Order: sequence, then structure tokens, then C-alpha cells
Amino acid sequence: MAIAKVCGIETEYGIHSNNEHDNPVSLSSLLVNSYVADLERAGWDFENENPANDARGFSATNGQPPQIETHLVNAVLTNGARYYVDHAHPELSTPECANPLELVLYDKAGEEILRRSATSANKYLGTESTVTVIKNNSDGKGNSYGCHENYLMDREVPFSRIAKQVITHFITRIIMVGAGKVGSEITGDSHTVPFQVSQRGEFFEEEIGLETTLKRPIVNTRDEPHADPARFRRLHVIVGDANMSEVSTFLKVGTTALVLAMIEDNWLDNADMMFANPVHAMHQVSQDVELCTVLDLANGKTATALQLQWKIFELASNYAKQNGLPALGDEEVGKMLMERWESTLESLESDPMSLANQLDWVAKYRLLQAYIDRHGISWADPKLRAIDIQYHDINPEKSLYRRVGMERLLDDDDINKAVVMPPRDTRAFFRGMCLARFSKEIVSANWDSLVFDLKDGPLKRVPMMDPLKGTADHVDALIQNCRDAADLLNGLGA
Amino acid sequence: MPEREQKHKSTSTKRETEEEADEHSASTASGEKLKAELDDILDEIDEVLEENAEEFVRSYVQKGGQ
Repeated sequence: MAIAKVCGIETEYGIHSNNEHDNPVSLSSLLVNSYVADLERAGWDFENENPANDARGFSATNGQPPQIETHLVNAVLTNGARYYVDHAHPELSTPECANPLELVLYDKAGEEILRRSATSANKYLGTESTVTVIKNNSDGKGNSYGCHENYLMDREVPFSRIAKQVITHFITRIIMVGAGKVGSEITGDSHTVPFQVSQRGEFFEEEIGLETTLKRPIVNTRDEPHADPARFRRLHVIVGDANMSEVSTFLKVGTTALVLAMIEDNWLDNADMMFANPVHAMHQVSQDVELCTVLDLANGKTATALQLQWKIFELASNYAKQNGLPALGDEEVGKMLMERWESTLESLESDPMSLANQLDWVAKYRLLQAYIDRHGISWADPKLRAIDIQYHDINPEKSLYRRVGMERLLDDDDINKAVVMPPRDTRAFFRGMCLARFSKEIVSANWDSLVFDLKDGPLKRVPMMDPLKGTADHVDALIQNCRDAADLLNGLGA
Repeated sequence: MPEREQKHKSTSTKRETEEEADEHSASTASGEKLKAELDDILDEIDEVLEENAEEFVRSYVQKGGQ
């Protein structure tokens, strides 16, 4: 039986300053540090509160900031996320989530954290400069930055099977989850390629490989489980776009988690869906706004991306009937995913523009087309690129995504709670709650361990090698009832 | 083509034929509503779009990404 698809998303955000002397590395550091410093000033202190019942995360008394690891600008937050500077970008990794809808919530909470960081950084910068944070994957000049997904896999499943079978979904899911982009940076100009379904698609040059910055592979082979390596693998997925749309993120993570569960159960019999040339197919799908390009398959036949998505959906539907959807962490969420997947494919088949309030690429395409019609300009007009970028601006006053009537799956109150509170059904709960209550005693926080310094005696390391241990069910009562960190460690038998 | 795809194709064709008459009369009204909404959105976008779009696009450079 497939194991639960615990999942997470790491997003590298684009940043822009109106002051050309600003350097992106220091701006990124400023964003992370401003956020953490604000928490300090606000008096981050859960000690006199009941963290399970109080989601505000702020109190008026002086408290401790969340744990900062020894590296500069690398913070682990009380919601279980990690927030740091990666090269010249601020990057936020969500906590581990137990189901795809919860991951949409934590992805949006990550955006909110960046938004608060930008507000705070801009206060600090004053009139000197203004920093803008953009959640997309391309600067329009050939530079791409990632939005990576991670899925927990059973170590027993041969990697070769995962790589071989998942590729078709990675390439064809683009028609649902692409974020859309004006023009092409690699394969053409605005005349031959006015608009693409995907931001990232054209940056992939290999089928399988370890790289993430050069010669990007469709299937990334990084093997760093951040969990018991004898039992688990973390599939690191680098092909996706950063989505603004909650529906797009839900479909991206949900369908992929389910396809991976099917591969684990040896259910995805898709030998007849292999591409003759996957890299070329990926570029074709990305450029195919009409969804009609016929792609060459390895068996000599052909199919469109939409036809292949229908086949994957049908297999998934049969799988769900036989096995249920425990791998998606929540039966209701699983049901919601299957309904959304089917209705999305139906709409893509009958009238893609009817998804303009649901999918990023459709929303952006419709908006650009309307703008072109109104102003009588061509696809090469730089205003269109500005609209493209500004769609992804996370500042609500600027964001075009917020202005095109997109359907929501989440509540803003829940997003604000998720900025400070961890998910309850993974080990992120233990990490986040410990940081909220015992940050003074924690000297290091990682995905798979917490290290405590109780001052009297050696450092004590609490391993968290199973992402599904350390949940609220396991440790909430213990954490709430213990007086201090020593008490907690006694309770854990550490 | 495999059976499943044909099933989907034929289902949608049948549905289209059955509902064509209804859709036709409704489409003008809903199309106009959609256009009015889009017009409002475009008005707003003209207001919030970066003043110097060309400069903004030129100076948006992101190196060192994965």
C-alpha cells in the first residue's frame, strides 16, 4: 500500500528594488532579518499562553525570537517552516503537510510571511528604496528560479520506476498548473511565441539528472530524504511553476501526490504514454495555448497533453475506487481533488477560457488578450511583460492576481493562523510547538531533529526521522502539560 | 485512440448538442456580463500598473536561482 504523501513546497521569490544600487543578496537578507526582528519586537512569547488555543502568536511582553540557526539569515519558524536566503533570493520552505489542501494553506501562509517581511523591510529602507517581492519563476531574460515540490516516497520503490512513470504527468499537468508567461526566453521571440502556458517549461534540457541550476532535468535525482533513509525517499520535483491560484496549487500538488501513490502501488500502467522525446514534448506543451499540439509517443503513436491527462485521470479514478485515497491524507480532500481534476479537464476540453477564474495561465492569458484588444498593442509591448510580472506581486495593492476574480479555496483567517501555527498531522507540529515554547533551550532546529541545551549537561538531540511522528495526537498533551524543556525531554524519554 | 478518450469526446459532443439552444440564448447575456467585468478589471489595472513599465521590466533581473 502506498505510504502517505507528506508534502511541502520550497519557493524562491523574485525581488526587485527601484534603487539600482541595491544588491539582491543584502535585500534578501534584509527581508528575512526584518521579519525575524519584527517578531522579537512584538515579543514572541508563548510561555504564558496556550499555544494550541491562541493562534495570534504575538503578545505584549518581552519574549524570545524563534530559533535562528547558526548560519546567518536562516530562521525556523513556529509554523514549522524554514525561511532563509538562497544565493540571491529569499526562500521559504513550508512545513511538512499531511494533505494537498493543507499544503495550499501553508504555501499561502509563506506568501503572507514574505508580504510582512516586505512591509517591514520597506519601513527600514525608508525613502532610499522600495523592495517588491514577486512570486514567479522567470525574469524574462533567461534567468529562472524555482518552486520545488517535495513528496514522501517509500524507499522500496525503485527510483527508475518513479522516474520513468512520472514524466508523462510532469509534462502534461502543465495544462492545468502552468502559471503562464509572455514570450519565450530560450526558443523564440514574442512573434513566434507570444505566450506560454508555463513559466518554467522551456528551461528544462535533460530528462533525468541531479542539477537544479544548469541543464535542468525534468526528474531531479537529489536524494536527501530528511528522514530515515532506510524507509523513505523525498522526491524533489523541480518542474513546477510558482502558482498564485489556490486551485492551481491544489491541482499541482494533489494530482502529483496521487500519481506518485499509484506508482508506489504499481498501478500506473502507462507504458503507452511515454514520450518519444520528453524534453521536446515539455517545450511543445508549454507553447501550446490552444491545447491541440499532437505529441510524439515512444510507441510511434501520438496524443495531445489533454488526452494524456484524461488517461491519467481515468487510471487515478479506478485506483481511487479500488484503494480509496488514504495516500492523500484525508478522504474528503481526496474526493475534492478528483472532482476538481475531472471538471478542470472537462473545461479545458470544452472552453478553456471558462477557467479564467481558476487557473493562473488562463487568467493571465485572458487578461493580456483583453489588454491588447483595448489598447491596440502587440504581444511585443513591454507593458505586457509588466502585467505578467505584476500578476505575481505579493503586495495586495499591486497584485494583479488579486484583481481578476480568482476562486478561493481558503479563508484569510486560516492563512493568518498558519503563519504562526504548525500543521497538526506531521512532525512539523512538534518542531513548531517546541520553537514556540522552548526557543531559549533549542540550539538547532532541522527538518529531522531538534537539539536542546538545558545548560546542565550535554546537548540533547531529539531525532524526528518519521515525518508522521510528532503530530498533535502524539505530543500535544505532553507539550502542553510540561513545565519546561527538561520536563518535555523527560516525558519523551530523551 | 483509446476507448476512454472517445467516451469523453462523445459525451461532450452530445452534451453540446443537447444544450446548444439554451446556451445560445444565455451566452449573449453572460458574455456581456463577462465583458463588463473584464472592463472594470482593465480600468483598475491601468491604475495600479507600474508607472514606468518599460523601466520596471528592464530592471527586473534575477540571477542565482535554482
